[in-house]
Amino acid sequence: MNVADSAPAMNNLLASNADSQRTLYPYVTGTSVVGIKYKDGILLAADMGGSYGSTLRYKTVERLKSVGKHSIIGASGEISDFQEIMRYLDELILYDNMWDDGNSLGPKEVHNYLTRVMYNRRNKFNPLWNSLVLGGVKNGQKHLGTVNMIGVHYEDNHVATGFGNHLARPILRDEWHENLTFEEGVKLLEKCMRVLLYRDRSAVNKLQIARITEDGVAVFPPYSLKTFWNFNAFQNPTVGAEGSW
Amino acid sequence: MTKQQANWSPYDNNGGTCVAIAGADYCVIAADTRMSTGYSILTRDYSKISQLADKSVMASSGFQADVRALQKVLAARHLIYQHQHNKQMSCPAMAQLLSNTLYYKRFFPYYAFNVLGGLDNEGKGCVFTYDAVGSYERVGYSSQGSGATLITPFLDNQLKSPSPLLLPAKDAVTPLSESEAIDLVKTCFASATERDIYTGDKLEIVILNASGLRREYMELRKD
Repeated sequence: MNVADSAPAMNNLLASNADSQRTLYPYVTGTSVVGIKYKDGILLAADMGGSYGSTLRYKTVERLKSVGKHSIIGASGEISDFQEIMRYLDELILYDNMWDDGNSLGPKEVHNYLTRVMYNRRNKFNPLWNSLVLGGVKNGQKHLGTVNMIGVHYEDNHVATGFGNHLARPILRDEWHENLTFEEGVKLLEKCMRVLLYRDRSAVNKLQIARITEDGVAVFPPYSLKTFWNFNAFQNPTVGAEGSW
Repeated sequence: MTKQQANWSPYDNNGGTCVAIAGADYCVIAADTRMSTGYSILTRDYSKISQLADKSVMASSGFQADVRALQKVLAARHLIYQHQHNKQMSCPAMAQLLSNTLYYKRFFPYYAFNVLGGLDNEGKGCVFTYDAVGSYERVGYSSQGSGATLITPFLDNQLKSPSPLLLPAKDAVTPLSESEAIDLVKTCFASATERDIYTGDKLEIVILNASGLRREYMELRKD
């Protein structure tokens, strides 16, 4: 058989159109989500930034959403994939409601569902490029878990995605305890978010806090953190090395 | 135009170490509870041990999402077996099933490093050790995971049975008592924790014997 004949045919098989449909890299991304259990339920925090590479393009992206009556989800990573996940979850909750049997999906079930969705997409080499935090309360049982784009998942008393793992978790390991009040929990989350604001390039100073308790979900209006930049070292930073920046 | 390469990996290593030791009438299966990624600890309290059947307990380290999926597949298959045969799967049967399940994904493997421990059909302790694609062997003791290179030589020193090439074949299970074996496992993990960054936090030990299943925990260094 002529080698020249088979080459273009093979090329089509190797570089077929199907490949251009797979996720290769993210475009508009959200940064860290931080979540903690507190006395009455779960608190989640995330800023409202949607970065387009190194540009802080969108500043009113809501990355915390409620799911049914018992759960809230926070997403980092590709925003369009998060919107797709919300479509899946809305459908899940819809079908759950349509049973009309007095039963409703709790946070454990939603977390398990998300884990299966993320893992299956990873198996097909077409991941949803997100790291998700899923928290909720049902029948007095608090649940806080996370799942990422390759399906790695776990639960803990405090979780974070992305940079939050490096900057927020150590603070939480030191200062988290079982009986945080709502005010203490918010202060703790704000401490974490402030560190992230100072040190994570993709963070923006506009954050939302979401709370879920047995009584329901509340996603609070956005607000900004007070920051301090007037350190002496920042005043004349190049005084020791003229010409640098 | 060259074909686009994926710039993400479907695998990650979440670390951790597993050990199993077979005794005359018991089996000890142990694993740490740390889950890591890169240089970060994700959580300090995550079980790598799963009871697949009455007398089969599996400990798996490696890529956590694959480990969980593998545990689910085996649990589902065991349920079907119970429906069809009206009895629990024996440990040697589960060992074969695990091997086949792993090899089924020979060309996109479960990144899971497993030790299966339990009691065989005669009530004697048995341990089976696996690689990621299902190659397995019945042994008297085994270690897998990030700390295995530190633990295996120590277990060889303490437990190694005569060569399998010797005739008549000598029993590979250890003559140690149950409590001695548990102490040995605790020593292994205390040592591995010192030098392996992915091992630590807490040790979970499962002991299977004629009376059933029992769980013990021991704190490990958290650094």
